Amino acid sequence: MEKEELKLKITELNTTATFDETGEWLNVTVDAKDWLPFAHQLRNDPVLVFNYLFCVTCIDWKTQLTMVYHLSSTHDRSNTVVIKINLDRNNPEIESVSSIWKTAEFHEREVYEMFGVKFLNHPDLRLLILPDGWEGKNPMLKDFDDPVNMIRL
Amino acid sequence: MWSLSGITNWVDQWLNATFNPTLTLIIEMVIVGVCVISLFAVLGLVLVIMERKVSAWMQIRLGPNRVGPKGMLQSFADTLKLLVKEGFTPNGADKFLFNLAPYLAIIVAMLLMAPIAFAKDFHMWNLNIGVLYVSAVSSISVISILMAGWASNNKYSLMGAMRSGAQIVSYELSAGLAILTIVVLTGSLNLNDIIQSQANGWWIFKGHIPAIIAFVIFIIAVTAETNRAPFDLAEAESELTAGFHTEYSGMKFALFFLAEYVNVFIVCAIGATLFLGGWMPFHIGNWQSFNHVMDFIPSSIWFMGKTFFLIFLIMWFRWTFPRLRIDQLLNLEWKYLLPISMFNILLVTAVAILGWHF
Amino acid sequence: MVEEIGTNTDGDLLINVGPQHPATHGVLHLVITLNGETIKKVEPHLGYIHRSIEKMCESLTYRQFIYVTSRMDYLSAHINNHACALCVEKGMQIEVPARAQVIRVIMDELTRIASHELWWGAMAMDIGAFTPFFHAFRERESINDIMEETCGARLTMNYMVPGGVMADLHPDFQKKVKAFISFYKTKIDEADELLTGNIIFQNRMKGVGILTKEDAISYGCTGPTARGSGVRCDIRKIYPYEIYNTLEFDEVIETGCDSLSRYLVRLKEIKQSLRIVEQLIDNIPEGDFQAKTKAVLKLPKGEFYSRVETARGELGVYIVSEGGTTPYRIKFRSPGFSNLSALDKMARGSKLGDLVAMMGTLDLVIPDIDR
Repeated sequence: MEKEELKLKITELNTTATFDETGEWLNVTVDAKDWLPFAHQLRNDPVLVFNYLFCVTCIDWKTQLTMVYHLSSTHDRSNTVVIKINLDRNNPEIESVSSIWKTAEFHEREVYEMFGVKFLNHPDLRLLILPDGWEGKNPMLKDFDDPVNMIRL
Repeated sequence: MWSLSGITNWVDQWLNATFNPTLTLIIEMVIVGVCVISLFAVLGLVLVIMERKVSAWMQIRLGPNRVGPKGMLQSFADTLKLLVKEGFTPNGADKFLFNLAPYLAIIVAMLLMAPIAFAKDFHMWNLNIGVLYVSAVSSISVISILMAGWASNNKYSLMGAMRSGAQIVSYELSAGLAILTIVVLTGSLNLNDIIQSQANGWWIFKGHIPAIIAFVIFIIAVTAETNRAPFDLAEAESELTAGFHTEYSGMKFALFFLAEYVNVFIVCAIGATLFLGGWMPFHIGNWQSFNHVMDFIPSSIWFMGKTFFLIFLIMWFRWTFPRLRIDQLLNLEWKYLLPISMFNILLVTAVAILGWHF
Repeated sequence: MVEEIGTNTDGDLLINVGPQHPATHGVLHLVITLNGETIKKVEPHLGYIHRSIEKMCESLTYRQFIYVTSRMDYLSAHINNHACALCVEKGMQIEVPARAQVIRVIMDELTRIASHELWWGAMAMDIGAFTPFFHAFRERESINDIMEETCGARLTMNYMVPGGVMADLHPDFQKKVKAFISFYKTKIDEADELLTGNIIFQNRMKGVGILTKEDAISYGCTGPTARGSGVRCDIRKIYPYEIYNTLEFDEVIETGCDSLSRYLVRLKEIKQSLRIVEQLIDNIPEGDFQAKTKAVLKLPKGEFYSRVETARGELGVYIVSEGGTTPYRIKFRSPGFSNLSALDKMARGSKLGDLVAMMGTLDLVIPDIDR
């Protein structure tokens, strides 16, 4: 599906979405509060069928956090969108989508410990990679500082 | 002709002439004890190096080749290492049972040596219920494994022990029934009588198809009973790290290791005795000259040759097959081997009564 | 994080498999809830080899960061490097010379063969057959020798640079590869003879670790793991990179959804890789092995995503650039991480012995999961 078609289709689903077409794929920015219903629509829409979430990550822009979801469809591999959601850096909270895409469960746990984003209604939001005692310390944030173990290049 | 029985008779006569009968008996028991212990040590060393060489041969590699000529002294070096290692007992373990278990394992293996005829007229104890004795005593080995698994206070050990308990108890039935077929054909429980009955042909040839079925079942069942791959679920390296002996180290581990190999030797010796004629040479009908040549080979060589052939077979299994799963293992026994052995017993009884065997 | 050792309130046995365990091939830690021999729950705990490669890359230049990624999935190190080089080339719009493309693809496929060979041996060892391991290593060794002669390293080859490869091929390369192909063809069916046809093996693999097509997609599984469940997901076919669209090879799909299917996919994939190498080895074009690039690479401001098919599945490299010499944020979408998340779903209700068979067919490489 072409970018323009995708754009029209997505505008139907979510009227507040804003688009950015500079990249390889269509970038869609939505509000955090719209995310869960929007995700449901993307997954269950009979034309789009975004059933394959292949990358979930977060970017620390120092002023805000941006969640990035890369979505694709196994029915039509040319359908790919990048969903971006800006979050408040001091209190990042977003609905979990692990009920829609199972793979999100692990990816969200990783983002939770690395960036401190809280995923609401996540089935098992615990540290996955970091050892005990690292709750609240988020090493992938740009201002993270560990005076003992930090090695600077 | 030179023979082992000649030596024993000579020693016996000399002792009887020199000492009184009680002292003679005591001295003879001591000699036998020393012989058994040294046989144990030699067997352990030989079988370990054999296993490593066989596995290397199957796995396109050289195997041990540094210590001694062609690496033949490697197992001496290994034993030395195990001897000087610390025998570690975990904190939460039941110390008494933990330390007892390896000795129990080795004692069972030693007891099983008693009725085996190593050569013509060369055995420790000509027991008239030899077959019964073997199957009874070999059941005790499961206790040592359960004891080791329970006393280690380790979940891997416990699971290994429980698996092994289920496994040994199950496969004992098939092994017992397979042995019984030969008892039915011979009409005697004495291992020497069984060997004598094969003077004109081994049971695997004389006993028609039932004997061959029994032999196959026997080999499968004893492989399982000695906890060797593909039935090594009690150890199951990739699942339970080392199963029941996970927590053992040093000499205590070595004793388990030794007991396993000696058990393999014993079951193979019994297999050779029952099915392949023990120390009886290989004869073909009326080929007198061929039979004479065969007779010229000492009986002890015949016995060891057959036993080591079976040991090689069991090693071959180990390095070829993947491991079974616990439910598949029990299915194999209860759904296939046991019914087949029971039917086989009926068949062999008919054969024995009607005299269809050669 | 780690549950109390012992039993839980339902009387189930909690057992820690790993981080030091023969079946986990590295430092994976699984907390397994067992009822007898039956698995009720599998919970992975990661991080024992987490080096935060993503954070490290933020302070490395675009020339340097490629080589850190060799340490992610060390068995397909070359393919990891390839993904990173592709991403930088995409951002810089560097045209890669034809010779370099062919060399890259040949090396990719050789790496894939080596990786699958190692997997085959290790998986056989997991389910208790020791001999295949050594047979697999014999073939893998000859590939490693070729690698060593070409770029000096055997495992983490670091042969990629943005715009091509680091050095030209060794003069003996074609001869060696052809010798390897003819040798390997005599050995390739050994796998079937030794293991696949074995009745015990079939029983251990058939119907074990069922992962349905829907679940495979939902869990984001890729590579042979997903293709064993009937998902078309070979990046070389659906998003061809380099010269893959000009090559003849089949995407291997099995629809059994069980361990045996995943096993067969990998075995057949080895043959397809061999086919690719055979097509290319006589047709390596003359020319440069590296494009002319600036000494200091600067990616324009923006976001770049590239993906390749490693031996384990889809590896995605997501670079966010602010226009500097180092990435602002980099994310590696590693195949193992997603594949591992499906393990709990697959393992529930099966026996402990099956767990190792499943982990074997997922082909987990722990540094790839932890990064």
